[in-house]
Amino acid sequence: MAVQELSIQDPGARTAAVSPEELEDLQGEKMVVNMGPSHPATHGVLRLVIELDGETITRADPDIGYLHRGDEKIAEAMTWNQFIPYTDRLDYLAPLANNVAYALAVEKLMGIDGKLPPRCQYIRVICCELARISAHLLGIGAFAMDVGAMTVFLHTFTEREKIYNLAEALTGARFTTSYTRIGGVTRDTPPGWIASVREFCDGVSAQIDETEKLLTRNRVWVDRTQHVGVISKAQAIEFGLTGPNLRGSGCDYDVRKAHPYLCYGDLEFDIPIGSVGDCYDRYLVRMEEMRQSVRLLRQCLDRIPGGPDNASKEPVQVPDGKVSLPPKSAVLTKMEELIHQFMLVTEGPNAPAGEVYFGAENPKGELGFYIHSRGGGTPHRLKIRSPSFCNLSILPVLLPGCLMSDVVSILGSLDFVMGECDR
Amino acid sequence: MTVADPERIAEVCAAAKSTCGFDLLLDLSTVDNYGDDPRWTVVYELYSLSDSVHLRLKTHVSEERSELPSVSSVWRAADWHEREAYDMMGVRFRGHPDLRRILMWEGYPYFPLRKDFPLAGKPTDLPEVAFTRPAPLEGGPFVTAAGGRDSALREPRARTPET
Repeated sequence: MAVQELSIQDPGARTAAVSPEELEDLQGEKMVVNMGPSHPATHGVLRLVIELDGETITRADPDIGYLHRGDEKIAEAMTWNQFIPYTDRLDYLAPLANNVAYALAVEKLMGIDGKLPPRCQYIRVICCELARISAHLLGIGAFAMDVGAMTVFLHTFTEREKIYNLAEALTGARFTTSYTRIGGVTRDTPPGWIASVREFCDGVSAQIDETEKLLTRNRVWVDRTQHVGVISKAQAIEFGLTGPNLRGSGCDYDVRKAHPYLCYGDLEFDIPIGSVGDCYDRYLVRMEEMRQSVRLLRQCLDRIPGGPDNASKEPVQVPDGKVSLPPKSAVLTKMEELIHQFMLVTEGPNAPAGEVYFGAENPKGELGFYIHSRGGGTPHRLKIRSPSFCNLSILPVLLPGCLMSDVVSILGSLDFVMGECDR
Repeated sequence: MTVADPERIAEVCAAAKSTCGFDLLLDLSTVDNYGDDPRWTVVYELYSLSDSVHLRLKTHVSEERSELPSVSSVWRAADWHEREAYDMMGVRFRGHPDLRRILMWEGYPYFPLRKDFPLAGKPTDLPEVAFTRPAPLEGGPFVTAAGGRDSALREPRARTPET
């Protein structure tokens, strides 16, 4: 290496001559890079300690827990309904789906999951699928932005805004919805809401096609994602991956099909699976899942019992005073309802002693709740099986061998949320 | 299904995986049966993808032992689950390749999900991280008690088990 004589007079500004022996030493030296906890590609507060040999990763150690709030501990001091707002903050990109999953787990414990009114089931499915579209739109948008395709992010966020508007009209909150209650949902759909969801379905279908045009055959996108971060089917199962990450590796496990809950058994939809298990397949699976969600939404809107404006006054809560709150007018005029209301508010719905595990297919994967109850209004132990936690546990074996620049693609394609991972 | 001898849980899990096809470890949780013996219950939630069946395995571990064999050699997924169980409950898994804390920071002195750990937390050498002010709803969801001179005594912000 010849050292050029520079015309700068300051001797400190000159590059030092490096002897070939010194260079050899440098090549063997590994560098440890800290990525996160605050890095745009770590989507939250994931910290990765990465050991590099040149550009190649030799070791990766994810460090999680920066967003640990102790939700499981907090749950032990709360009645069943009081914990619902905390579920909003698990996967905060799909709060509606979390509300539904948690409510179903407690209902399974109480043995009322089969008694849910049909209209309530349809509303819940609409909520879940809207949440799935919203989460996947963000997942793909952020993924594309991380590898350099800014436009996609703007397109998908325009559609997400419409979902937030729908959530606001339905629940009163755009983000922290807390929409379900044990035994039902807080309120029926507002007038005209079903029609607006239908309108949204048409719009989002066009937008998904548009996104597909921007990405699927885009040279840069394909180069950055294809054959990057390949997870084999056996590996995905071994590490307990669920959701689009498992299906991207070619395993067709979907809780909605394997163990249909709510009215999923009556609805038609397909499960997309990948063939290679790389970042590109996980992207394709999410794109197709959004289309299937739209298909599910359309079926629900057509078939919802009571019709768009609930002309036949279908209930949206279990008609049991010991589970769901009576109407306010009845509380103020009738003895029985007053007692029920008082008991529900002060002690919470009474659950039997026992234990139950319920997993629901959430946008990120299987969100499970293991509830150990000793009876009464609070859980003795509530374990949250968060899909992001399991999906991230594969990083120490997935990252070594990849290039540093692939980390961004892999993290984007795994689509995790730290609020759920750390709980 | 309960496994009576916690020492054999790894064998049982390996058999469940190889002969019964429970290839997916969905969840691993621990329950603190505070005041009862044995104190810990370790719960394994298994799933068979080929047969679409769930299986729940449970085993009890006494407080004196607080240790059982790791199943991370059966499913790699158990690695992080066992680290979390150790971090939160203080149950150790023998044979785990890297049993460090996962959610709390390295060097944190307590196990927060134990029933004798107060909701408000305990002081540590990082007081700004783990505050020790009363936590809302401590002592149960409803802390109102009859009697007391004024409403502040009747309805405190929190009620610790000792007071």
